[in-house]
Amino acid sequence: MSLTLHDIERLAQLSRLQFEPPAAERLLGQLNGFFEIVEQMRAVDTSGVVPMAHPVDAMHGLIHAIADTDELGMTLRLREDVVSEPNQREANQRSAPAVERGLFLVPKVIE
Amino acid sequence: MADLHNMTVADLAAGLKRKDFSAVEVADHFLKRVEQDKQRGSNSLNAFLDINREVTLAQAQASDDKIAAGTAGRLEGVPIAHKDIFVTQDFATTAGSKILKDYRSPFDATVVSKLREAGMVTLGKLNCDEFAMGSANENSAYGAVTNPWNFIADTKGQIKNYVPGGSSGGSAAAVAAGLAPAATGTDTGGSIRQPSAFCGITGIKPTYGRASRYGMVAFASSLDQAGPMARSAEDCALLLSAMCGPDLDRDSTSLNLAQSEDEKKFGFSHLLRIDHGDKPLAKAGKNGGPLKIGHPREWLGGGAQVEFDRNAPARRSEGTNQEIQKRIEEALAHYKSLGAELVKVSLPQANLSIPVYYIVCAAEASSNLSRFDGVKFGHRAKEFSDLADMYQRTRSEGFGDEVKRRIMIGSYVLSHGYYDAYYLQAQKIRRMIANDFQQAFSQCDVIAGPVAPTTAWQLGDKADDPVANYLADIFTLPASLAGLPCMSIPVGFGDMGMPVGMQLIGNYLQEAQLLNVAYRFQQDTEFHDAKPEGV
Repeated sequence: MSLTLHDIERLAQLSRLQFEPPAAERLLGQLNGFFEIVEQMRAVDTSGVVPMAHPVDAMHGLIHAIADTDELGMTLRLREDVVSEPNQREANQRSAPAVERGLFLVPKVIE
Repeated sequence: MADLHNMTVADLAAGLKRKDFSAVEVADHFLKRVEQDKQRGSNSLNAFLDINREVTLAQAQASDDKIAAGTAGRLEGVPIAHKDIFVTQDFATTAGSKILKDYRSPFDATVVSKLREAGMVTLGKLNCDEFAMGSANENSAYGAVTNPWNFIADTKGQIKNYVPGGSSGGSAAAVAAGLAPAATGTDTGGSIRQPSAFCGITGIKPTYGRASRYGMVAFASSLDQAGPMARSAEDCALLLSAMCGPDLDRDSTSLNLAQSEDEKKFGFSHLLRIDHGDKPLAKAGKNGGPLKIGHPREWLGGGAQVEFDRNAPARRSEGTNQEIQKRIEEALAHYKSLGAELVKVSLPQANLSIPVYYIVCAAEASSNLSRFDGVKFGHRAKEFSDLADMYQRTRSEGFGDEVKRRIMIGSYVLSHGYYDAYYLQAQKIRRMIANDFQQAFSQCDVIAGPVAPTTAWQLGDKADDPVANYLADIFTLPASLAGLPCMSIPVGFGDMGMPVGMQLIGNYLQEAQLLNVAYRFQQDTEFHDAKPEGV
């Protein structure tokens, strides 16, 4: 299976990127080179294997055996849904490309 | 006065407490070295992206005041420079990208704050591959970094420039050249270990979740982890202790661990203090037995690359360089003399780490980097027709080639119809790789092998061949995918006199043991003391 220039165009659109024709062709060759080495991975039998999204997930259940600790916060936690940061609008907008009256400016989207 | 830039972090901290020299003197000494290097123009290492003499000296003065008042932190007054992936209020943060040119963060990364709390003085920000994507530091928008071990002349008598490794190339070069006694790095797929190996220094990536990711510009969030790079395992233990710790409200993957009394008092250095005589590893293993060092069968004789190539015959393969193999075998033999036992282990899926890693990291990167849209911070294109055009032009102008490639790969493997075949399949094999390690650790205490298949290559050698760069990550990716602590220690020199590193991998949360294993080797050898000419 190989990508085509049409795929590059579609992916660029999804990625909000632009490539001029020579760059698109070079990229096509590079991505196809990469997916060539991906092929060996697709042949592996992974039936019954639980996908691993996160190393913390792999540590779960193992840690007791290897470290003498308890009260492990091993699952991903969510913090309380409360205000925890002070309002720093000015500091946060200091690096913005265009700001007016405390608002971020973007090109007109509604006529 | 002894050469301050040839002192370890431990010696500098002790000397400052004894008032042998002041923090201002130390900071000034290192700043002068950085400035002198900058003045060398095109011969500069290009390791630093931002320095601020006033800020650094003010921090140093505050440290001297604390030392005088007797309220000094553990590393009070010792300078450190940060990889430009960590956001800082007092210095610009670019992540090596044009899209963040001149960006100022309104806050400090947790790692930066924690090192400040320990008393460390910030020397400046260090060059790196753009968004930490690269293995040679050639992907920085602010120019490549050169390797300080650079003195080898070719047949025409011209100096050849070698890469420092990446992505923490500025960190490795700065420490090796004595521009900073220590530096922070980040490691997603080898970015602390590989540049440490290429520049002959010591670096450790802790267990995923040990160091807070808050304020680390995100590349691949399930892999990114911070760690120290310095001249010795002893220094790395001191620095890692100061960097790590729970950051529960700010990083959902930060580990919340109970600490033993020894750990509370001595951090990751607690095993280094014990005197075990001349066979210090004879009782350092499980149940007081000898330390068992596992050597993966797949990594012997360049096996990984050879195996790998059979499946993709079109790819060029160099195999693991013979000089590197020799240095690893010599180091392992030395470990035997320290009382360790060598065992063969197997990591059967390790060869698949390259496709698995580059799919997972690209997927996460394409998602993380969607925040760079020219609205809230960073670069915005000057001309555009509408909002969508503004996004596209901004990102196309701001990102470099490698970053764009990874975003494109990520968009593809996450897109409808391809998700199961690529992204999900990669996550499943990631689990198999993590399980392989647990199987191996049932037979050994630490795993040892090469960091990279070659020593540092010359600038430009692989710049046009991204897949060749990916293939060179074969030995560092497996531990990254599993989230295991791992490090690189210098074990001598290879072709053209360039440094060789050995990788040590421990099981989850076994940093103290890993550092102890490295420390005992360094107590008995001098590879880590070697310095490039002129340093």
